[in-house]
Amino acid sequence: MLTYTLRRLLLAIPTLFLISLVLFFLVDFAPGSPLSDIPLTVPPEVRQKILEAMGYNEPPQVRYLLWLKQFFWVEPLNGFDALFGSHYAEGMQRIISYQTRGPVFQLIGERIPQTLKVIGTAYLVGVLIAVPIGIYSAYRQYSWFDQLGTMLAMIGFSVPTFFSGTLLIIVFSVYLGWFPTKYDTTLQVTDWASFLKQVRQMTLPVMTLGLANAAAISRYMRSSMLENMGQDYVRTARAKGMSERTVVLKHVLRNSMIPVVTVIALGIPSIFGGAIITENLFGVNGIGSALIGAIHGNDLPMVQTLAFIFAILIVLFNLIADVLYSLLDPRIRYD
Amino acid sequence: MKLRTALLGAACAFAFAPAAFAERGADGHVNVLYWQAPSTLNPYLSSGTKDVETSSLVLEGLGGFNEKGEVIARLAEQVPTVENGGVSADLTSITWKLKPGLLWSDGTPVTSKDAKFTYDYCTHPDGGCAQASRFEGIASIETPDDLTVKITFTGPKPNPYQAFVGGTSPIIQAAQFANCLGAAASTCTDQNFMPIGTGPFRVTEFKTNDTVSLEANPNYRDPAKPAFATMTVKGGGDAEAAARAVMQTGEFDYAWNTQINPELQAQMATGGKGVFVNGFGTLVERIEMNMTDPDPALAEGERSTVKHPHPVLSDIKVRQALSMAIDRQLLVDVGYGTAGRPTCNLVPAPENFASPNTDCIPQQMDAAKALLEEAGWKDSDGDGIRDKDGKKLHILFQSSTNPVRQDFQALIKDWWTELGVDVELKNIDASVFFGGDAGSPDTFQKFYADVEMYANNFDGTDPEPYLAQYLCNKIPGPDNQWQGENINRYCDPAYDALVAEMATTADMAKRGELAKKMNEMLTKDSYVVVPLVDRGRLSAASVTLGGVVLNTWDTEMWNAQDWFRIK
Repeated sequence: MLTYTLRRLLLAIPTLFLISLVLFFLVDFAPGSPLSDIPLTVPPEVRQKILEAMGYNEPPQVRYLLWLKQFFWVEPLNGFDALFGSHYAEGMQRIISYQTRGPVFQLIGERIPQTLKVIGTAYLVGVLIAVPIGIYSAYRQYSWFDQLGTMLAMIGFSVPTFFSGTLLIIVFSVYLGWFPTKYDTTLQVTDWASFLKQVRQMTLPVMTLGLANAAAISRYMRSSMLENMGQDYVRTARAKGMSERTVVLKHVLRNSMIPVVTVIALGIPSIFGGAIITENLFGVNGIGSALIGAIHGNDLPMVQTLAFIFAILIVLFNLIADVLYSLLDPRIRYD
Repeated sequence: MKLRTALLGAACAFAFAPAAFAERGADGHVNVLYWQAPSTLNPYLSSGTKDVETSSLVLEGLGGFNEKGEVIARLAEQVPTVENGGVSADLTSITWKLKPGLLWSDGTPVTSKDAKFTYDYCTHPDGGCAQASRFEGIASIETPDDLTVKITFTGPKPNPYQAFVGGTSPIIQAAQFANCLGAAASTCTDQNFMPIGTGPFRVTEFKTNDTVSLEANPNYRDPAKPAFATMTVKGGGDAEAAARAVMQTGEFDYAWNTQINPELQAQMATGGKGVFVNGFGTLVERIEMNMTDPDPALAEGERSTVKHPHPVLSDIKVRQALSMAIDRQLLVDVGYGTAGRPTCNLVPAPENFASPNTDCIPQQMDAAKALLEEAGWKDSDGDGIRDKDGKKLHILFQSSTNPVRQDFQALIKDWWTELGVDVELKNIDASVFFGGDAGSPDTFQKFYADVEMYANNFDGTDPEPYLAQYLCNKIPGPDNQWQGENINRYCDPAYDALVAEMATTADMAKRGELAKKMNEMLTKDSYVVVPLVDRGRLSAASVTLGGVVLNTWDTEMWNAQDWFRIK
């Protein structure tokens, strides 16, 4: 098991290297310029100067090597300095965003908390709703509950978040006035009142995303349960005189969870990736809105860095899912 | 004794009366929404409107512009002019005097050294200063004493109010930015995100592209202002969501640039929680005619260059007919509502420079058709498309991708088709179209199309540099990496002479006349530039927010110190 994990980790290095290469140049060669957003009143000579100061005029391969060095050496050193108060990285050039002219990782650090809070909660809520719905839908297949669950899942699948989110805003914020439409990222939870405020501002984005997440996971849960319900060991368990409760929740559920856990684990990197549309709609301003803003502004260092971090997370969580798989199902052995 | 105490008491009561009415920080908190969130608070590193406007809450120049476009004093005691001796008679220098006793928000005194430092900071060759053009034509800046800033120009400068005037060139603190000159500019994250300023507010927290938290500057020069103790500038979302947060849910007090379609404007206005404020500046949506041949059959490097005049559009009658076929009022109604008005001018304001020409406003389809007939374009084969010498009248019309522009393109295509012109539409992603990449065929400078539509304006109130863009030597081409500003490839020696004359004319009335003349040469006399819509600014303000005056000549936050809560 350990050797397997180590082998996979080592294999991840060339994979990630290749990904970084492809990502960097794909983003780099895409058409567009970081100056497209600045007003036309800025004369051409000044534009040239700005590009020079950004380092945009360096050849791409030089920028790639510099970026690799910054990503794997300067930024970790900076993280170390921030944690332990040392000064190893002083004077080293960090990855600088074209848009903000500030370090990319500082922005990521600012963005991560709200993304994890909102998107993470939405994922959790989605899972908590989806698993019971999936179990009961499968247990009472074709009942009215199953039909209703199927319908809700279809809605969750097919209605895009920019529509469902706007609908929720119009109903709950404009007409009823219960929830704010803009998320306050500066809110500190210090007491009961601020906690309630935090819950209120999270409600709408979490509802919007939770519905979409629950839809997918509940379908996986249902089909996995159905597959196991007809198995011989279930009949045996029933024949032994076990209660329905024990049969469903102990025997069937444990076996059905194996593929679902994989799906849930593989979905976790998307939490870090944020939710571009929902974040923008509610002003959550997490990683997703940072990415889309950077893409719009042709902020190459920001896009390259964010995309590469996502790649690392995906590779990592694939590994985690595989390891979890073998833990849940002792029949699976990698060695 | 008693009488004296009583009198003193009464005097004190009077003295404090205004303070009781208006006291710094008495009105609590104000929420402002910039849906394009500020990326930095150093306007010298970003010329994005959102960054310049937000930073103007903290940083100020010596002067600024008011809502009428007049220069007002901010940190300066008064606006220097030739009359008061502040501007030298030969227009080669301007001397600003700082108000005495000014303090930065950290309590240290503001001196003329800070202005000199700001100049050094922005003109440093490695800094990539985004506002470098504000400091153009300056020979030197001298600081004979702590309160005097003397700017000497390289030649006579009829409009000396460029450096240190308005939100785009404020004064930064020398002590704070001392180590941030040149290439070090972008390593100064704390300085760029939390500049020390003289404005009504100071930054307490800056979250990049998200939220700026501010509080009243304790050292602001007017002890009674600002009325708000704290301010939040929030970013994110789009114009529609921003308008909704002010007009319908009332969560925010002010939302910048809530440019939404007229139908939504009317719907949101019924919310009763806010009002739209609009004002007109110099932004004009226009169609530019290509005077050179963009034919793809031409060799690369010769396409859209002065070597080959345009085979069709070189004829003024065709250009004029295309302009006459357009119903500008309908374009305004479809695209902008109250935030736009039809215009025939490239320079729609200020009044002194704006031509009174309104010839183009009524649509004249029949006259346009007659003009094309006269020019020899006739529909000889009856297919509805005019032709001449066996060549069809075909036009490629490009613009940037944007819902309003595509609506405009579709409407204009209808009118031109009615005229008997075969129109092909093309839209290009804005990041490419405005990106200026010399390697891309799709930039607006390269102009590989017959006509193109976009909007442009000028900084401040003086159109001289703007009109000077149409000089013969500013034509984009392969020799200058397609970086010229004369997009139409217009070239007229008489026009160049007028530009040269304006550069040495100081008299405002005369300058106005020259500007009007040049504007007309480009528009109604030649139809090289076909203005469509004078685009105003549209922002939303809560009904409980007082003191809002929309200023299109400076930043929208220009008078945030005067904002108050209507109780």
